[in-house]
Amino acid sequence: MIKLIINGNQIEVEENTTVLKAARELGIEIPTFCDDDRLSKQTSCRLCIVEVEGTDKLLTSCNLEVKEGMVVNTESEKVRIALKINLSLIWAGHPNDCMKCGKSGECKLQDYSFEYDVDAEPIYSVRKEAIAKNATNHFFEIDPDKCILCGKCVRICSEQVGVGALGFKNRGQETYVSFGNDNFEDAGCVSCGSCVSVCPTGALLNKTADKYRNWDVDKVRTTCSYCGVGCQMELVVHKGKIVRVDANEEGSNRGLLCVKGKYAFNFINHRDRLTTPLVRKNGKLVEATWEEAYAKINQKYLEFKGESNSFVGFSSARCTNEENYLFQKMFRQVFKTNNIDHCARL
Amino acid sequence: MTNSISEIENNDCLFITGSNTTDTHPVLSYFIKQAKRKGAKIIVAEPRKIDLVKHSDVFVQIKPGTNIALYNGMANYIYHNGLADQKYIESRTEGYAEFLTGIIDFTPKKAAKICGCKEEDIIEAAKIFASAKSAGIYYAMGVTQHSNGTNGVKSLCNLGLITGNIGKKNAGINPLRGQNNVQGACDMGGLPNNLTGYQKVFNDEARAKFEKAWDVKIDSTPGIRIPEMIEGMADGSVKFAYVMGENPIVSDPDTNHVKAAFEKVNFLVVQDMFLTETAEYADVVLPASSFAEKEGTFTNTERRVQMVNKAIEPVGNSKPDYMILQELMTVFGYQENKTPSEIMDEIASLTPIYSGINYDRLKIKGLQWPCTDKNHPGTKYLYEEKFTRKKALFSKVEYLESAEVANKEYPVTMTTGRTLYQYHTRTMTDKTKGINTLVKENYIEINSFTATKYNLTDGEMTTVTSRRGSIKVRVKVKEILQDDVCFMPFHFAEGANVLTNTAADQYCGIPELKVCAIKFNA
Ligand code: SF4
Ligand code: SF4
Ligand code: SF4
Repeated sequence: MIKLIINGNQIEVEENTTVLKAARELGIEIPTFCDDDRLSKQTSCRLCIVEVEGTDKLLTSCNLEVKEGMVVNTESEKVRIALKINLSLIWAGHPNDCMKCGKSGECKLQDYSFEYDVDAEPIYSVRKEAIAKNATNHFFEIDPDKCILCGKCVRICSEQVGVGALGFKNRGQETYVSFGNDNFEDAGCVSCGSCVSVCPTGALLNKTADKYRNWDVDKVRTTCSYCGVGCQMELVVHKGKIVRVDANEEGSNRGLLCVKGKYAFNFINHRDRLTTPLVRKNGKLVEATWEEAYAKINQKYLEFKGESNSFVGFSSARCTNEENYLFQKMFRQVFKTNNIDHCARL
Repeated sequence: MTNSISEIENNDCLFITGSNTTDTHPVLSYFIKQAKRKGAKIIVAEPRKIDLVKHSDVFVQIKPGTNIALYNGMANYIYHNGLADQKYIESRTEGYAEFLTGIIDFTPKKAAKICGCKEEDIIEAAKIFASAKSAGIYYAMGVTQHSNGTNGVKSLCNLGLITGNIGKKNAGINPLRGQNNVQGACDMGGLPNNLTGYQKVFNDEARAKFEKAWDVKIDSTPGIRIPEMIEGMADGSVKFAYVMGENPIVSDPDTNHVKAAFEKVNFLVVQDMFLTETAEYADVVLPASSFAEKEGTFTNTERRVQMVNKAIEPVGNSKPDYMILQELMTVFGYQENKTPSEIMDEIASLTPIYSGINYDRLKIKGLQWPCTDKNHPGTKYLYEEKFTRKKALFSKVEYLESAEVANKEYPVTMTTGRTLYQYHTRTMTDKTKGINTLVKENYIEINSFTATKYNLTDGEMTTVTSRRGSIKVRVKVKEILQDDVCFMPFHFAEGANVLTNTAADQYCGIPELKVCAIKFNA
C-alpha cells in the first residue's frame, strides 16, 4: 500500500494505482475525456493534469502512478489556468450549438467549460471545415464537428465489443472519427450503441423523434427483457414515456449492450399495445372490462372444474419469476393439475 | 451456466457449439472476443460459418444434427492420446468405463465422415480443448433442439468431465439461455414435473411442503408438455388453455398443426402485451404490462436473480401479469394479494436454492443461486467441491441420425436460428423501425453451390416445401453454409415453423427445430 496526499487529504491505495483513480477514491473528480477503466490508455485529452510537489511541469494523472509521500494538487491556480486553455483550444474548433444539441445537460465539454469559465465566443479561430454528419446507422449519427477526438468510441468498439468498426480518418486539424468506408454496414457495425454510450459530447448521438431535455428525465435501473444475458440498463423516462436506454456499468455486462437492449424499446409505448381486455362475442374479439373478462374465465373454470386434466397452461420465459411462480401456483392450487410448461425449449 | 459471465474473459479455451453467440447473446460474445484478445483459444463447431469464426483458432463445420458424432470423436482422441484428466476422473466422476465403451471405436475419422468435416479439424479441436488449463463449453439451442438433444448435452458434459473442466473456475459447461427469463421460468416450476427449484412433484416430501403452504392437495403425477398440450387441444381432451406471454402459433414447429389445435380448443385465454398471432384465437385476451411498468425479478443465464424496476405507469388499462394472476385467483376463491417483494419471500420460503434471496439484497447487484440463507453470498460457479449427486456421472451416448434427414425428394437440410436484430416472434422488436429496416422479411440462406444446383439467384422469391407445409421466401446467397444445407431465421409468422418438424426429444420433449428436410419447388 502507498500513502499520498491529494488536495490536502491523506489516502492509502494499492501500488500501481493512478493518481486519477486515487483521487476518485477520495471523491475528487479530475476532469477527463479520454479515460475509461475498461479501455486502453490514450492520454490525449490532457484535461486530467495535476500539480505534483517537486515538479514544475503539470502531469497527466491518468497515467501517473502513485508514489509514497506524493503530494498532489488537482485544483491549484496553475491547473485551473492550464485546463481553461486546453478546454478553450477544444472549444475553438467546436460549434456553439448547446441550445439545440441533444447532449446538452449531460455533456462533459459543456460541464467542464462551465466549470472552468470558458468563453462561449471562441478565442481561437481554428475551426476546421465542416465535415458532413454520418447518418448511415439507423439508430445514431456521428457529427464530426462535435467530436473532440478522445477516441473512446474507437477503443470501445474494438477492445470491448470486438468489432472495430470505427477509426480515425485524416490527420491534424482534419482528423475525424468515422466508420470504415464511411458506412456502418460495410464496417461491420452491429449497432450496439456502445460508442454512443461513451461519447462525452454530442458527437455520437442517438437519432430520436422525442424532444426532451436531459435535466427533465428520470432514470430507472432495470434488467433487459430480451436475451438471457440479463444486461443491466437504465430506462430514461420523459413524461411517462421511455425515450432512451442507457447502459449501466454495475452489472455483469459492464456497461455494454446490444442493439436490442439499447435500441429496440419502442414496443413499450407503442400504439399497438393492448390497452383493454377483449372478449369474444359472436365470433369477434370486442373490448370488455376487467370484470367481464374475469367473469368469463371464471364461468369456464367452473364448467371444467371437475376435470383437472383438461386445463393446460403455457407459462412464460418473458415474465418475471414472481409471475411464473404465481402461474404454476394457480395451476397446481386452483386447477389441480401439473399441466404447465413453457417455451424453454424454443 | 455452471460458471459466470465475468469468468469468460479468463477462460484459456472456449468451445462454442450450437450457438451463434454474436447474434443470440451479443454482449456475452463481446466477452468471448475479449478472452481471445487476452490469449484464449477459441473453438467453434457449427453448421454455419458464423461471425465468431473470424476470432477462432479452429472451426469445425459440421452438418446439422451431427454434433454428438463430433463430441464423441473428440472424446475418442482425448482418451487415446493420454489427454484425459485421470485424477479428476477418479476422484470426482462415475461411469467412466461404461462411457468409454461408447467412444472407444468412435475415431475422429469416423466422426469426420458423419459430420462432413475434416478429421484434422476434430483432432485439432480435441487437442486444444484438452490441453487448456481451463476450458469452458458454451452451447445453446443448436445442441438442444434435436430429437436427441438431451444426449447432445450429455455428450458435451462428457467432454467437460474427461478433461476435468466442470466444477472449476473459468471453465464449466455453460448453456446460454435464450430468453430473458427462461432460467427463472424453469426455476419457478413452470414445468410439468417440477415445483419451484427443481423439486419434483413426485417427491412426497417436497409436495408435502407445498401442500401445507398452499393448503391444497397437489397431484403427484407430472403433467403434460407443450407438444402433448397441443395434441390434447387438437383432439378435444384439453378444454381450457391459458397462454401467458408466449406466441406458440409462431414459435412452435409445424404451424398448420398448431393452428388447428388453437382453433379447436374449447376455451383459450391469452395474456400478452400485443394482439399476437396466438391471441387472435383467444376467447379472452388480457392486456399485460411490459417489464418497464412493473417490479419483479428475472434470472439470467448465469443464475443471477436481478431486479426489474418500474419506470412508468401501466400503459392504458393494462396490468402487470402478477396483478392479473392474483386478481383471477381471488375470483376463483383463492385469496391472493401480495407485492412482488412479498411473492419473492414466499418463493424463498419454499425453494432451497432461493432461500437467501429477498429484494433488499437484490437491489445492489443481484444474487446467483444457489443462495441458501440470508448470509449466503450466492454462487459464482457450481460444483466447486461436490456435484449434486456427489459424483458426476459420465453417460454413454450414441450418435443417432436426426429424425428427418435429407433424401431424394427433400434433398436439402434446413436449420433455424435467431438473428441479431430480431427477437423470437418479433412481437417486441418489430415495433422499432431501424430494426425492421435491417431485417425486414424472412429469407433462406444458401451457398452459391446450392443456388446453382437448384437454379436459384440471390434476391429472388422461391417456394420451399417440407413434409408439413410450404412457404414463399426470398433467397439469400451467402458463403457460410455447406452444400445442400440452408438456414432460415425463426422470427417470422408463416415462416420457418411452417416447415419444421415436431419430432421431439424423448426425455425433455424439445422439438427438432434445428433439422428438417426441404425441397425447392421448381
Ligand atoms: S456537444 Fe456538448 S458542448 Fe457541443 S454543442 Fe452539444 S452540448 Fe454543447
Ligand atoms: S454501434 Fe457498436 S459496433 Fe457500431 S460503431 Fe458503435 S461500438 Fe462499434
Ligand atoms: S442488451 Fe442484448 S445481450 Fe444484453 S440482455 Fe439485452 S438482448 Fe441480451
